[in-house]
Amino acid sequence: MLELSRITAGYERRAPVVRDVSLSVAAGEAVGLLGPSGCGKSTLARVAALLHRPYSGTVVIDGSPAHGWRHRAPREQRTAFGVVFQQPRLSADPRMRLADLIAEPLRATGRREEAGGRVDELARRVGLSAELLRRRPHEVSDGQLQRACLARALVLRPRWLICDEMTAMLDASTTAALVAVVEEYREETGAGLLTVGHDRTLLGRWCDRTVRWEDLAGAAVTPTAD
Amino acid sequence: MTTRSPEAPEAPGTPGGRAAGEPVLSVRGLSVRFRMRTGGDVAAVTDATFDVWPGECLALIGESGCGKSVLASALLGLLPANARTVGQALLAGPGGGPGDGLDLLAADERTLARTVRGRRIGLVPQSPAAHLTPVRTVRSQLHETLRELTGVWKAGIGKAGTGKAGSRKSGSRKAGLREAGEAAAARAAFPADHLDRHPHELSGGLAQRAATALALVGDAPLLLADEPTTGLDRDLVDRTADELRRHADAGHALLMITHDLAAAERIADRVAVMYAGRIVEIADATTFFGTRGPRHPYARGLLDALPERAFTPIPGMPPELGDLPPGCAFAARCPKATDACGTVPSPADGVACHHAEEDRTCSN
Repeated sequence: MLELSRITAGYERRAPVVRDVSLSVAAGEAVGLLGPSGCGKSTLARVAALLHRPYSGTVVIDGSPAHGWRHRAPREQRTAFGVVFQQPRLSADPRMRLADLIAEPLRATGRREEAGGRVDELARRVGLSAELLRRRPHEVSDGQLQRACLARALVLRPRWLICDEMTAMLDASTTAALVAVVEEYREETGAGLLTVGHDRTLLGRWCDRTVRWEDLAGAAVTPTAD
Repeated sequence: MTTRSPEAPEAPGTPGGRAAGEPVLSVRGLSVRFRMRTGGDVAAVTDATFDVWPGECLALIGESGCGKSVLASALLGLLPANARTVGQALLAGPGGGPGDGLDLLAADERTLARTVRGRRIGLVPQSPAAHLTPVRTVRSQLHETLRELTGVWKAGIGKAGTGKAGSRKSGSRKAGLREAGEAAAARAAFPADHLDRHPHELSGGLAQRAATALALVGDAPLLLADEPTTGLDRDLVDRTADELRRHADAGHALLMITHDLAAAERIADRVAVMYAGRIVEIADATTFFGTRGPRHPYARGLLDALPERAFTPIPGMPPELGDLPPGCAFAARCPKATDACGTVPSPADGVACHHAEEDRTCSN
């Protein structure tokens, strides 16, 4: 169970973009969060993935509350999440070959020796050829790079997947392919999913349950009375 | 349907009422090759032939990396130095008459920079966050564009000259520019209270709208929109698409490069499908998205991948443009492939496929 309760977060203390929002995702559940551009849904996803520290509110991951965010989060909690961002170009180190990119989380957690087999398996799953794995990000298309970013998110076998508009930059066929990879992984491992986006049809088709941003605690509309 | 001459295979779907005029842009046999340092060529665009007419929206669709954006860059002379182009891309002159057209592929940088970009061809760029100047506010960039491309600045001077007593010249000029800037922002649904922000303070959707506002300022007869709706939510996609449509309805031509099939369906008159650098199908948008559907197997696959349809991806991945197979590039992923697919199909009646779906309406 991933529980976000009464989260207030943002980039300016006096004008938080997320106000008093609560959301929970049951184990193995796929929840789609729908909202217009700039409403704060990506910020909430970052809070959930322990990548952005909220001003107030609590995040409870499988029963244990989160105390630190980003590098302050304990490894056990940090690695419970796989995150895929909207823009693959901005979330991939341009100096790394795709194979190294996918293996990076294993290296960072001292499990380098698993890299070989795991990278090959994931590359096959997301549809990247051995030739593509030898390339650097500027030599591949957005769709191919996002495939690598998804493989990177799955490499540590996370219990939770957070997809922040994963498919916004992609064409219809690549979108369908990546969603199929995520679903296949979830079926095998029972991982939960929080996916954020603005495509009603896509999220409706993909998720068990979609939540509209406006319905979350009525948050963004009502100013907090403190 | 009207009878077509065999020299014009791209003609299907030519908007009937407007066919009498000259196309704003007429592309013939456009190919782009990139020479790589490692040796070998990348065939980014091969033999593209199409027209865009005034008042028409042509949507160019295809998977990422299929050469769509290279095509747009070629038209604007923005290709890197290792690119070689062949073919012709004729931009109709301001009068629309024959003779004063300009071949965009042969034009020199000076002509393109001073008379074409922004003035005769507007561009809505693919990654607006990278296109906007990072150190200046959106308002300042809009004002610069307005000063360069329109008469607002001078109109301001004129107004001040005939002006009301008491209003300082520069004040009135600035007010005029400010007003025009806000109007330009409003056209692209860019909120006025964000005008004084710098690009890094904008969300992806807002940056996109800022770039659209800048592209609409010059009122160019041809607008190239390269993925104008990326990162926008559905309502904003609709608004942006409708604004582009209005621009087309005002008599401008619009070439929209997109992977967003819903946006294409909403506003396009015709659809061109690109695969591995080639245009494999050009069809009327209502037929393409309607019950008859596309005729090329790739285009059918692309539509079937939509979440409102089958939501099944096309198996495999597009081929590398540097290493294209000798025959039809789609054969490896195609359910209908046979031995005939070992040769490149030539476009016939708007479709380049050996096994195109039968045109069930009575042709010609």
